[in-house]
Amino acid sequence: MAKLLSENFYKEMGKLEPRYPSKVALLLPALHEAQKETGWLPPEIMEEIGTYIGIHPAQVREVASFYTMYNLKPVGKYHLKICTNVACCLRGSEELVDHCKKKFGIELGETTPDKKFTLMEEECLGACGTAPAMMLNDDYHENLTVQGLDKILDGLK
Amino acid sequence: METYKGETLFIQHFKNEEARSLDYYKKKMIGYESAKKALAMSQDDIINEVKKSNLRGRGGAGFPTGTKWGFIPKQSAKPKYLVCNADESEPGTFKDRDIMRYTPHTLIEGMIIGGFAIGSNVGYIYIRGEYTREFTLLNEAIDEAYKAGYLGKNILGTQFSFDLTVHRGAGAYICGEETGLLNSLEGKRGEPRVKPPFPAQSGAFAGPTIVNNVETLASIPFIIQKGGEWFSKLSKIEKSGGTRLLGVSGHVKKPGLYELPAGGVTLRQLIYDYCGGILNDRKLKAVIPGGSSAPVLTADEIDVIYDIEPLQKIGTMMGSAAVMVVSEDYCMVKLIQRITKFYAHESCGQCTPCREGCKWMEDILHRIEHGHGREQDLALLLSIADNINGKTLCALGDAAAGPVSSFVKKFRGDFEAHIRGKKCPNA
Repeated sequence: MAKLLSENFYKEMGKLEPRYPSKVALLLPALHEAQKETGWLPPEIMEEIGTYIGIHPAQVREVASFYTMYNLKPVGKYHLKICTNVACCLRGSEELVDHCKKKFGIELGETTPDKKFTLMEEECLGACGTAPAMMLNDDYHENLTVQGLDKILDGLK
Repeated sequence: METYKGETLFIQHFKNEEARSLDYYKKKMIGYESAKKALAMSQDDIINEVKKSNLRGRGGAGFPTGTKWGFIPKQSAKPKYLVCNADESEPGTFKDRDIMRYTPHTLIEGMIIGGFAIGSNVGYIYIRGEYTREFTLLNEAIDEAYKAGYLGKNILGTQFSFDLTVHRGAGAYICGEETGLLNSLEGKRGEPRVKPPFPAQSGAFAGPTIVNNVETLASIPFIIQKGGEWFSKLSKIEKSGGTRLLGVSGHVKKPGLYELPAGGVTLRQLIYDYCGGILNDRKLKAVIPGGSSAPVLTADEIDVIYDIEPLQKIGTMMGSAAVMVVSEDYCMVKLIQRITKFYAHESCGQCTPCREGCKWMEDILHRIEHGHGREQDLALLLSIADNINGKTLCALGDAAAGPVSSFVKKFRGDFEAHIRGKKCPNA
């Protein structure tokens, strides 16, 4: 079967392999690296990772599905994860969520039809002193207001 | 407003983008001089110095670090491991992030010393997946340390070798629990293990393992530099040494990190003198004093010294030193519903009392908040919480049960108003 993951993926994994006494320990790094390339983790990617590590694809899925950061279905170009845990909630994160729902016309967990935005509610991001906070793809945005959020979103192509 | 003028270890370097470089660390901080000193000491002498310092785990349990290190068997057929818990997942906690992004070399140096003291040549930093920037910054600092000969083979010309790898989590609160973390490190679901065996006997990859929090390990170079006794005297309370990074969030005028001597202030002083009081000068309603797992305190319980034992005495905990402040206008039922939703979401599902109980409590709290509560619901909540508490493999069950019981007991009137009025009075 032709490989779906890039040469770079295998190079990165090759660098990490000597760092662990067991190849299975590469599973979380491999899922992160694969998701960086494909945006999400379709079954055929998980199968390729399983083949590389030497475990059954079901074991890959069993692990991937335990963690919220692995996307088991496609997400939009911009993945918004707004923290609604205690500190953010006390500082008005619900308003941010409601604003995004209205702005995009979608509910939590959904993606806009043009595949541009995915909106999610997130558990504590560890940015409680600068709440409310959200992640936009890999980046943190903190001390958010509705106006500040709009400015960020409207600047996205 | 008060600012602390005494000696601090970390906070003066935070928010300084220059601070993270090796160059800065050598000029303005410890610069791996403590590692050099430690590598010339015996393992027992290092552990004794840490015992003398009264350093207690900064992740939440407050276990004496020197004692923990002493649990590692001297001889082991399997390799030993030192693992840093950088999962920082307890809601309200945001201190380790600043250590990793502003003073990463304190952590790296602490791990070199810790690795040497317990006889381990391999260390891992398990960092929560969301901290992508901190992951990159830590790796950059580790690269610097390798190039300068502080990591890798024959460190500083000695016989000691130590390799350090940053391992990313992927979004699971339970991976902050040390055995869940170890399973996750091994490429498995982050489900906590049955104990015993404890990690010091059989931890990562079945080898003897010590798991320490970021702030704990980052304190080690200071202890080696100036001595355990000096560190123990930084504090204002017995049996708890050093300074503490306190994270204050919620309804205060100045949320953020404060570094103060252990036991140096009461909760009232922290909130009113350091954080400027309650937002919009409202009245204080409640304080969650140690991350969302800590039982809640009412406004008249805050004259307590903010440290491990004084908080234990009044039935709550300091946890990861995360203080969440709630003002009078916020609904307590809504708040505990949100907290319980978190635990129901994060329960790994292995233990029935936690898996089922958290969801039941969430459902009941949801119906009370939305005006469909029943008179018998409060007794039911307390009974479910009691049936979770102490009946699970790990502390997540207790973490979910304690807050529910304390909210119902201390703010019972708020719950009754929802049930009798058939709606949330704040809505």
